[in-house]
Amino acid sequence: MSRDGITMWLTPFLARPIALIGLCVLLAMVIAAAFAPWLAPYDPYAIHPVSRLMPPDAVHWFGTDQFGRDTLSRAIYSARMALLIGAGVVLFALITGIPIGVFSALFPRLGHVLMRMVDVLMAFPSLLLALGLIVILGPSVANSIIAIGAGYMTTTTRIIYGLALRLRAETYVEASRSMGSGTGWLVVKHILPNLISPLLVQASFVFAFAQLGAASLDFLGLGAPPDIPSWGNMLAESRTFITRAPWLLFFPGMMIVLTAFSLNLVGDALRDRLDPRFRDVFSGEG
Amino acid sequence: MTTTILRVSDLKTSFNVKRSGRKYRVNAVDGVSLSLVAGEVLGIVGESGCGKTTVGRSIVRLVQPDSGAIEFKDTDVLSARGQTLREMRLNLRMVFQDPYASLNPRRSIGDSVAEAGDINKVFTSRAERAARIAETLTAVGLEPSFATRYPHELSGGQRQRAGIARAILPAPAVIIADEPVSALDVSVQAQVLNLMMDLREQLGLSMLFISHDIGVIGQISDRVAVMYMGRVVEMSGARSILDRAAHPYTRALMAAVPRPDPSQRIAGAIETGEPPSQFNRPAGCAYAARCPLVSERCRAEVPQLRPIGADDKVVACHNL
Amino acid sequence: MLSVRDLTVSIGSDAAPVDIVSGVSFDIGKGEILGLVGESGCGKSMTSLAVMGLLPQPGPRIRGGRIELVGADVTTLQPWQRVEAGHGRIAMIFQEPMTSLNPVRRIGDQIAEAVRVHDGLSGAAAWTRARELLEQVRIPDAALQLSAYPHQLSGGQRQRIMIAIALACRPQVLIADEPTTALDVTIQIQILGLLRDLCNRLDMSILFITHDMGVIAQLADRVAVMYGGRIVETADVATLFGEPRHHYTRGLMDCMPVRNLGARRLPTIAGQAPRPGTIRTGCVFAPRCVAAQDVCRTATPPRLALGEGHEALCAFPLDAGRPS
Repeated sequence: MSRDGITMWLTPFLARPIALIGLCVLLAMVIAAAFAPWLAPYDPYAIHPVSRLMPPDAVHWFGTDQFGRDTLSRAIYSARMALLIGAGVVLFALITGIPIGVFSALFPRLGHVLMRMVDVLMAFPSLLLALGLIVILGPSVANSIIAIGAGYMTTTTRIIYGLALRLRAETYVEASRSMGSGTGWLVVKHILPNLISPLLVQASFVFAFAQLGAASLDFLGLGAPPDIPSWGNMLAESRTFITRAPWLLFFPGMMIVLTAFSLNLVGDALRDRLDPRFRDVFSGEG
Repeated sequence: MTTTILRVSDLKTSFNVKRSGRKYRVNAVDGVSLSLVAGEVLGIVGESGCGKTTVGRSIVRLVQPDSGAIEFKDTDVLSARGQTLREMRLNLRMVFQDPYASLNPRRSIGDSVAEAGDINKVFTSRAERAARIAETLTAVGLEPSFATRYPHELSGGQRQRAGIARAILPAPAVIIADEPVSALDVSVQAQVLNLMMDLREQLGLSMLFISHDIGVIGQISDRVAVMYMGRVVEMSGARSILDRAAHPYTRALMAAVPRPDPSQRIAGAIETGEPPSQFNRPAGCAYAARCPLVSERCRAEVPQLRPIGADDKVVACHNL
Repeated sequence: MLSVRDLTVSIGSDAAPVDIVSGVSFDIGKGEILGLVGESGCGKSMTSLAVMGLLPQPGPRIRGGRIELVGADVTTLQPWQRVEAGHGRIAMIFQEPMTSLNPVRRIGDQIAEAVRVHDGLSGAAAWTRARELLEQVRIPDAALQLSAYPHQLSGGQRQRIMIAIALACRPQVLIADEPTTALDVTIQIQILGLLRDLCNRLDMSILFITHDMGVIAQLADRVAVMYGGRIVETADVATLFGEPRHHYTRGLMDCMPVRNLGARRLPTIAGQAPRPGTIRTGCVFAPRCVAAQDVCRTATPPRLALGEGHEALCAFPLDAGRPS
């Protein structure tokens, strides 16, 4: 991407400070996940029965849990799980959604049937769908991704289907067809390139909702194994101590809210950037 | 001396349209026959919904006609397959109306211009491809450096030049131009029309020029076909249409063209009616309800094209 | 009826404003049709929106000048303030009538609503007035069409409906922004005829905005030619078409295909219209002008008075009496 391209993408964030904050929070999360062993002050698994349920102080900034483990360290390590689940769900939604959506738009006969099936899936609340799938598949990180991803695959497919239908009717697609292009050419040269921007927006929202979904599954004990640090697991383990050690719920809870909120801010900013009505304003044209 | 390069015979195309919950079958093109002589420009003029665009789109196989035949140099276009089809695709090319919608915003101008060549594997090397793009851009009056630019960096006129470049790389035998200058400002429109006239001479193109604008049609065409409600109502040499319009509809059309001449100003209300609904076609002549010459026969029987007077004029009217 | 003086509309910050309309002045007399003609981006639509008090917010704003409607200064008034102050009798019609009509309400209801707002009539009285208005815009079977929905009507009929709604406030001034551009010519001429007819019968003034010199010649009494945010030439219609003095006016007429039928090449105006704010010194048309001298690029051209009501913004105007 050229320098101009980068400035163009950054403009919506610069024009809107709160979106910039969202971007920074996300960046912090990625850094936390990548450098957890160096950033975390303690071993997140180390048990210290002596210092159980310590309130936040200068030694343990976020306090300690019922096993004396450092909450800050566990919260930092949890960013890894959060990113893994988020990226996994987004990938799952795109890998299933793009082929189904694009195919359905280009081949309306079969597409109609496919989209009705997607509609049926859409009728289930996403958490209920996730719970049902976990019951069938069994709890694990990979299955959490599939279970949550199934819920967002439907909305993603719908969006792709709608966009692809519109793109198929574009004059430049007609021009290409009139010169003899086949389906493969249309998809690779005309449809996919024009899907990238809207999908980026969709991905940021799916990523945000995946955080909430994963936290819910973990909280119910149906997500990642309990010893793996994740914000949902931390909430689940500490819920019995809500009166004695409220910080145990406060910090992971805050992390979930902050992450989901930041992603939504970024998604909003991206959408504004990509909405043609605002595009000219941002690129200084028109 | 005159060889027919493209022949359309009794073309009929209809669409399913849903309106207020009911399905209608609309006959967009209802038995059109045209022939294009090598090197000539045949203008098709008519108002919205007359089927002129559908004729063009049928020729490049964007819509499937119900019946009728389209022949390019004696080869059937509609049943062409494989190598023959590829040859058709490269020889029958289309220029579209909207210069904003007809270029993919995510593809560079060069990629768009080279698209027909890329699809049909015309270029043997990257260097050849780049050279042909540069040469074509120059031919339409754009700098070769435009190849790396994107549509949003171009003005409307420049985009339409790029759209024309896409239609002439590699050079076709026939261009079907569907309202190519309608979306442009007058001053730019004149530039693009001049370009099309120049290219026609340089490349020996034949052209089917579709427009609602009788001024533009009269400027560029050798012969003109006037369409109304899916049928050709009059066809003859361009001058003859402009100066000696015969069909009552053609005459109404000519009279309605706003001429830049203040001596023929509108003094008051003019009521000449509207075309009938496409969903509810009258039995006889589609123009009967608006026609000053209407007779009983017009409401019952569809008039066929027949020669009238000199200069190969054919008119579909009972009362001339 | 309508008087605009030195109207300047700008976008961008106050520190670095970009004028999209600069120093535009015109008057429209009672029962007169003023044609405002220019190509896309010349500022003609912005001028009309500013006159209506309908500039999009946020965005362009009036930075200078004065708009007088029937003698009252309405420059800074919002449309509702104009109505309250009694200066509200100006109406506008647009290019695409479908976007201005509510698709799920009957035509009659939509006209009656306008009648209710302006005449305070209700129920059957409003409905009767709505029918009168439809008859005024010459819709056949007016009583029947009142219960039709917008999608059941043709483009030409929809534009007639918009005119009927505009007439509901008994406007003294009607602004018509490219009202026939989306219509076929045989329908266009009927709408033009209707506007001329209404102008004659109701003694209404019309500001008619278009890009089409042909339409201007057929309809307007006087013409203002706009280019790059400025009015470059004004004259009565016969003078303007008979003896255009500005090079842009002349170029615009010359490149019309209908005037060059059968010619091998059309005369053109080289280049393309400038983006607002790109030409800051000299004449806006200088880069495309065949007669441009060095001074045109550096000094603002004078507004030459060339005859009664005939002005051109040009240092080296075309000769008078040269037939176009």
